[in-house]
Amino acid sequence: MTKQLPKVDVVLVGFGWTGAIYAEKLTAAGMEVLALERGPWRDTPTDFATTFAQDELRYYWRHGMFQEASQSTVTFRNNGAQTALPMRHWGSFLPGNGVGGSGVHWNGQTYRFLPSDFVAKSHNEERYGPLPEGMTVQDYGVTYDELEPHFDYFEKICGISGTAGNLRGDIREGGNPFEGPRSDDYPNPPMQMTFSQDRFEASARDMGLNPFPVPSANMSRAYVNPLGMQLAPCTYCGFCEKHGCGNYSKSSPQTTIIPVLMKRENFTLRTDSEVLSVEKSPDDTRTTGVTYVDTSGEEFFQPAEVVVLCAYPLENARLMLLSDIGTPYDPQTGEGVVGKNYCYQVMSGATVFYDEEYTNGFVGAGALGMAVDEYNGDNFDHSGLGFIGGGYIACYTTNARPIESHPVPEGVPGWGSEWKQSVRANFLKTTNVGVHGASMAHRSNYLDLDPTYTDRHGRPLLRMTYDFTLNDRRLTAHLTPVAEEIARGMGGREVNVAERKGSYDSMPYQTTHNTGGTIMGTDPQMSVCNRYCQSWDLHNLFVAGAGLFPQNAGYNPTGTVAALAYWSVAAIIDQYMADPGPLVQA
Amino acid sequence: MSFPTRRKILKSLLFGGTAIAAPSAVFGAIYGRGEGMPWEPLKGQPPYYGTQEDRFFTPDEREAVAAICARLIPSDGDGPGAVEADVITFLDRQMAGFYGRGQHWYMKGPFLEGTATQGYQSEHPPAELYRHALAELDAYCRAQQEAGFAALSAAQQDEILKGMDDEEITFDPVSAKAFFDLILKNTIEGYFADPIYGGNRDMVAWHYVGFPGTRYDYRDFVGHNGARIDLPPVSLMGRPGWNSSE
Ligand SMILES: Cc1cc2nc3c(=O)[nH]c(=O)nc-3n(C[C@H](O)[C@H](O)[C@H](O)COP(=O)(O)OP(=O)(O)OC[C@H]3O[C@@H](n4cnc5c(N)ncnc54)[C@H](O)[C@@H]3O)c2cc1C
Ligand code: SF4
Repeated sequence: MTKQLPKVDVVLVGFGWTGAIYAEKLTAAGMEVLALERGPWRDTPTDFATTFAQDELRYYWRHGMFQEASQSTVTFRNNGAQTALPMRHWGSFLPGNGVGGSGVHWNGQTYRFLPSDFVAKSHNEERYGPLPEGMTVQDYGVTYDELEPHFDYFEKICGISGTAGNLRGDIREGGNPFEGPRSDDYPNPPMQMTFSQDRFEASARDMGLNPFPVPSANMSRAYVNPLGMQLAPCTYCGFCEKHGCGNYSKSSPQTTIIPVLMKRENFTLRTDSEVLSVEKSPDDTRTTGVTYVDTSGEEFFQPAEVVVLCAYPLENARLMLLSDIGTPYDPQTGEGVVGKNYCYQVMSGATVFYDEEYTNGFVGAGALGMAVDEYNGDNFDHSGLGFIGGGYIACYTTNARPIESHPVPEGVPGWGSEWKQSVRANFLKTTNVGVHGASMAHRSNYLDLDPTYTDRHGRPLLRMTYDFTLNDRRLTAHLTPVAEEIARGMGGREVNVAERKGSYDSMPYQTTHNTGGTIMGTDPQMSVCNRYCQSWDLHNLFVAGAGLFPQNAGYNPTGTVAALAYWSVAAIIDQYMADPGPLVQA
Repeated sequence: MSFPTRRKILKSLLFGGTAIAAPSAVFGAIYGRGEGMPWEPLKGQPPYYGTQEDRFFTPDEREAVAAICARLIPSDGDGPGAVEADVITFLDRQMAGFYGRGQHWYMKGPFLEGTATQGYQSEHPPAELYRHALAELDAYCRAQQEAGFAALSAAQQDEILKGMDDEEITFDPVSAKAFFDLILKNTIEGYFADPIYGGNRDMVAWHYVGFPGTRYDYRDFVGHNGARIDLPPVSLMGRPGWNSSE
């Protein structure tokens, strides 16, 4: 029997980055907020103490903080003709679990998307003519200028270390000249670069490019954020990506927002509470709250005036499908919206091997890097190239941990004496120039419910149908040679190029940048949410996260995810509270 | 930044909603509500590292697995191999623990043969896959060479491993390639993981490649400018120079 609980103003489903952002703003506005988080409580002094945080086997390879696939996973296939099979353990991406979500074990590479990324369809069509058949790229319905104050605020919450490239229209030396105009500088100076970035910078400059330090949520110095939270200087420990930071140096919900929330009487967090479905009013116009289950298996109905899905794109889409909200996308007809435009990322790169010099990759940080943006978005002329979008090219020193990284030159076998000796010769002497490419939406890539496989509660798993598109392949074929050229200019003995060939593989880790499925837009026939991230179907249901992206840009998502969350929560507080109802007329 | 007081909250509540009354029987923990950050001593979970008592392999299996590891990462005179790093102990403990049981993996059927991009699709969790594949391997070796894998010459062993890797040798009903991929991955884990897990004994693999281990502050070394940084490795247990009494 489902137990009824007293009503709250707002219930947040999931308590990672976006959950913390909504909770902070909504409680500050005086609302009674309850966050339901599937995983456990986690915090710096107990869970990522520097006496045991640096455990590569436990945190990466045994998935210490990620969602347990045994509880719920996704099924995957490259195309609709195949049978999707469960990802029995995680590989290509690593969904978070527990307080802080993926914000605990992210790197902190904190970009803003370009102004043109938000109007990808209209901008590209205006410049290059109609998009090709099958490409389902759309505009966000919100512009860069509208999001700018929210980007700025998140950067201050996180204490981003970086160099402004475009300060109110003024192009600044050393920053990214292609970025949208910023209202303010970054709150902290860039991180200290190492040998590899110095080489990358020199090589890129020789090619006439404009390298800039990657905006980083790893602190370049001690910092106090607008909520009074203190962060400590990053120690370049190299156990950042896939690990929690024991030094209070990586911005996470834990280090920037949660302690403030915990003092507020109108905020409640319930952990080990997994939301099963979003409930609807009999007339299908509103949500009445959510049903969740705790670890004893007992079910609860939590009524709320407003529900916000903050459960990461994959679970947000699944919850909507399971709850029968909105029309599921049908790849045959192109109709329906929930699950539409699932996108990912197309990565490639070049590894530089040195003979004399040591890159010492263990001295690194999640977001320590230099990048160039000449080949991102629409920063270059695509006429005649047969693709739109692009990516940044960067040299990061994030994690030369030995189980994960042992680059060896081409031709060396994958095991045996030769491999072992090559690992020794190269472990401290390699660096990588990587392409982080966009992924344009295509009619055949989508999410729906799996017909066969179920989770531990017996409910269908999410099914992912995804492969790289022609646009992705042309994009990577165009950008990889540029990365190679930069790499060759970095003065090593040899360069190995890792092109992006073949189908998308669900196993080796790539990025946790899953986007789409609950996309935002201007037309209810074409999108799940309106420009305020409000469901077109149920006006008191809001959706957060990269699932809102109609297609993925050539950057890491979280800067834009956070800006959208702040933009949406401002609309709830300033407009919706005064007059609950659809904020955009369909 | 000031927090809204309770009275202010109640007054400004848009929907006139009720403040939460704590339900008594919720199993998940409750935090917040003005209580501040929770802290309880000894709350952080220690890693599951296994103990000497954790054994999965039979003596014959253990011998065969040790022989496989010794070919994957050989003791070739150029620094330690899987033998010196005691990778077999690592593997035995891993297989006896939650990992070997596939406890965190999705192990519901139906089990179908997947494409190369769909990842692990065996119906067996890792430990069972080892068990079945080792039996197949043993049968294969005895049929071909009239001896178990461990008794073969290094060259013969390499040939068999290569055959499994290249999918020229197949087993039935388990996949020789799936087993090969898994044991290679696990051997690398055991060679390079923190010594608390039983492998990488005395941090030999970290010494070998020059990895300083689980240190957490390199601020003095960021400006190395391509020079070698010579720091003896540290494990989660510390390092001998720090905690020996000599
Ligand atoms: C290894 C790694 C590195 C990354 N590096 C970067 C980077 O450098 N730059 C960047 O921009 N981004 C990076 N990311 C991505 C970044 O972490 C995410 O974009 C961000 O955390 C998304 O925020 P979110 O609130 O949407 O989801 P999360 O922060 O993942 O939070 C979702 C929460 O919802 C909970 N939840 C899920 N389902 C339910 C349910 N049914 N009921 C209750 N709770 C539920 C989850 O347990 C989780 O805590 C990285 C991610 C990973 C994993
Ligand atoms: S590299 Fe810096 S931010 Fe990352 S975990 Fe280490 S100290 Fe923290």
